[in-house]
Amino acid sequence: MTRLIRCFALAALALLAAGKAQAHPHVWVTMKSELIFSDDGRATGIRHAWTFDDMFSTFATQGLESKEKGRFTREELAPLAQVNVESLRDFDYFSVARANGKKADLGAPVDYWLEFKDGLLTLHFTLPFKTPAKAQTLDVEVYDASYFVDFALAEKEPVTLVGAPQACKLAVARPGESGAATAKPGEAFFNNLAPGSNFGAQFSNKISVTCP
Amino acid sequence: MPVTTLAGGRKATFLFLLLAASAVLLALGNDAFAQFGVPRPQAPPPAPDGIAGWLLVKQAEFYRMLSGTIRAAKTDGSAVWLLMGISFAYGVFHAAGPGHGKAVISSYLVANEETWKRGITLSFASALLQALVAVAVVGIAAALLGATAGTMNRAVWWIEIISYALIALMGARLLWVKGRAFLREWVAMRAPKSVGAAATHTHAHHHHDHGEHHHHHAHDHHDHGHDDHSGHSHGPTPDQLAGPGGWKRGLTAIVAVGLRPCSGAILVLVFALAQGIFWAGVAATFVMGLGTAITVAAIATLTVSATAFAARLAATRTGYGSLALRGIEVAAAAVVLCFGVALLAGYVASERLLGA
Repeated sequence: MTRLIRCFALAALALLAAGKAQAHPHVWVTMKSELIFSDDGRATGIRHAWTFDDMFSTFATQGLESKEKGRFTREELAPLAQVNVESLRDFDYFSVARANGKKADLGAPVDYWLEFKDGLLTLHFTLPFKTPAKAQTLDVEVYDASYFVDFALAEKEPVTLVGAPQACKLAVARPGESGAATAKPGEAFFNNLAPGSNFGAQFSNKISVTCP
Repeated sequence: MPVTTLAGGRKATFLFLLLAASAVLLALGNDAFAQFGVPRPQAPPPAPDGIAGWLLVKQAEFYRMLSGTIRAAKTDGSAVWLLMGISFAYGVFHAAGPGHGKAVISSYLVANEETWKRGITLSFASALLQALVAVAVVGIAAALLGATAGTMNRAVWWIEIISYALIALMGARLLWVKGRAFLREWVAMRAPKSVGAAATHTHAHHHHDHGEHHHHHAHDHHDHGHDDHSGHSHGPTPDQLAGPGGWKRGLTAIVAVGLRPCSGAILVLVFALAQGIFWAGVAATFVMGLGTAITVAAIATLTVSATAFAARLAATRTGYGSLALRGIEVAAAAVVLCFGVALLAGYVASERLLGA
């Protein structure tokens, strides 16, 4: 019987190792976001600036024509920017917005371009709200459910409010703050074993704006 | 033989069946679907914890160190050793994630009742092939032809389709073979219980394998007790299945799993190429493959050991034990098939940002 138990322990371990550790990020994004408000205090859109890591930036620009080797102008990167925003559509731009707790739909991106600086690519784009509305609470989450892309808010001034009413307050929560590195195996770990879990959501970056 | 031990044995095999079933769920739910985000449940799960969280953090740490070390290796020769060390560690941790065929290899091994030695060989061969494909793609497309990321993605896309189709085909074939073996055994086991001697007689005409013969023989003696069958195996033994001629089968598995290059390796290679030290990227890719192989081999060995234990139980207690083992094989074959299909259905997601 002890052999059986030991065997089970081994098999369980194998399963855990096989099934659980699905983390597979290959792209790292450092993000800065602006929430745009209209004059009458409606939230009209989210302006993202996503800076990719050096390896991905190198990969994405590999083989691209440029006048100056290793440097790319906004014009030279325009076709790539186009491809980027088009591909992002399939993933809802990794952005989920809620106004007063209800899902707020985002339209196709406008004003998009790529910037190449110090070997890093930055994708700028604005996601307009389909129906701009006044909201007491506005929440924006950025994450990749499948965790192929790791999103992290920039160190300095990750989120700014543009044209928001004076009384609005901004709160930002990073994924690391839930203690990804230090937590001990607990109940949450076993709850996590549920198949089809929205794995990447735990690495979500949460932006909340409250306007009285 | 005491009845309690027998019951314990049956219970154990039943538990193993359960385990195999949960393996199917786990493998499909977590690995394939979550990675490719096919269904997206709304409720966010709790924060990453324990082993998974730790693996994740380590993997990310090593990956982020890679680019800096490649840069350093350009001017400082000793940094190459550091690069090799990091690549190895990254490979070990990274393989714990999906896309390195460990689930497919493990299921394949279980379905085929392969030995752990073959499991290790398969793991290393597929990891080596994976590294070779990555080097070939970047070496030919980027280094020689100056292709763009989009072109490389398209190349990888086709490779992926072929790889996933091969996995699905392999699974379908396994399911066909193992499913038939399971049904044969099931029919053989039920026959003496439910039908008379005449029916059993005609039944024997259809099946000429030896396992059947034993059973039939026992029935002729009007002995309905199953304990009497001790020592007789109804299906082919593990040794028979794992015997020679399996090399071709193994090759299919190696190609199916190893064909798809790891995205991490491709990124490292392109980055090294841009830094003017492609060779360092190539070396890093192979060392990464070595690390990957070790993890996959370890998991494969664990899986095979667990199944071997079940096989021993089945061998000593015939009847249901052996049938249960066939059942595990069928489940494992189904896992391989489902993996192939799920991967085929969700392939688009793997390289999305890069565009095609």
